[in-house]
Amino acid sequence: MKFGILINEGPFTHQASDSAYQFVVAALAKGHEVPRVFFYYDGVYNANKLSAPQADDRNVVKRWSDLAAEKGVDLVVCIAAGLRRGIVEDNLMEGFRISGLGQLTEAAMGSERLVMFGD
Amino acid sequence: MTEVVFEIEGVKKVITFLNRKAPYGTIYALEVLESVLITAAFEQHANIVFVDDGVYQIKKGQDTAALEMKNFLPTYGIIEMEKEDADEDEDMDMNWRIIVEKESMEARGLTADDFKIDVEVLSSAELAEVLETSDAVIGG
Repeated sequence: MKFGILINEGPFTHQASDSAYQFVVAALAKGHEVPRVFFYYDGVYNANKLSAPQADDRNVVKRWSDLAAEKGVDLVVCIAAGLRRGIVEDNLMEGFRISGLGQLTEAAMGSERLVMFGD
Repeated sequence: MTEVVFEIEGVKKVITFLNRKAPYGTIYALEVLESVLITAAFEQHANIVFVDDGVYQIKKGQDTAALEMKNFLPTYGIIEMEKEDADEDEDMDMNWRIIVEKESMEARGLTADDFKIDVEVLSSAELAEVLETSDAVIGG
């Protein structure tokens, strides 16, 4: 099955990004496709390359970035949500790209399921 | 970085936007609204649903001056306009519904007359059917 993923919350404060990551990894392992993950609302903070969690904790931002590199998942950060929160090209983690909300609509249209992770 | 291109030519889906939060206090209402407006450009079917404190988003007579936040109540008028345009244009295959959950409305002492835009009032059970028949749900 082809899944689109929507992440509504930033890393650490909420479980949404962790749950989404585990879902995507499990789905890919089962042979499903996850062409795109869309980051909206505070979810855009998942793309902040300045995020530096303690070494004995998971690195949420890097984990997404590594997944994109290994599995070719398209990580899209909403430009409008990103701009108002200061997520711009300058601090965008490798593997993410900034684009418009239309990319979310396209993911909803082009996937068999859109799975939303939020509060 | 991967840039995926979806095959969306000729695709027609039912996308439900689920507004659950009060208009101010969190940003969800405003950002859901922005995503609804973008979706209009794709001519998809859409349900714009107000439930729980989300029903306050379209209540008439909001004044946000003391909050120092932009009052985006008028923007819901654009959604109503998009819906009316789609309803009137026979060539356009785009069905939009603006829905308020009855239980949420009544629990807050509101009636359909309290809203800035025309809405369908559906029971929780009827709304469940709307969600069940949606292809995607986008919420905040």
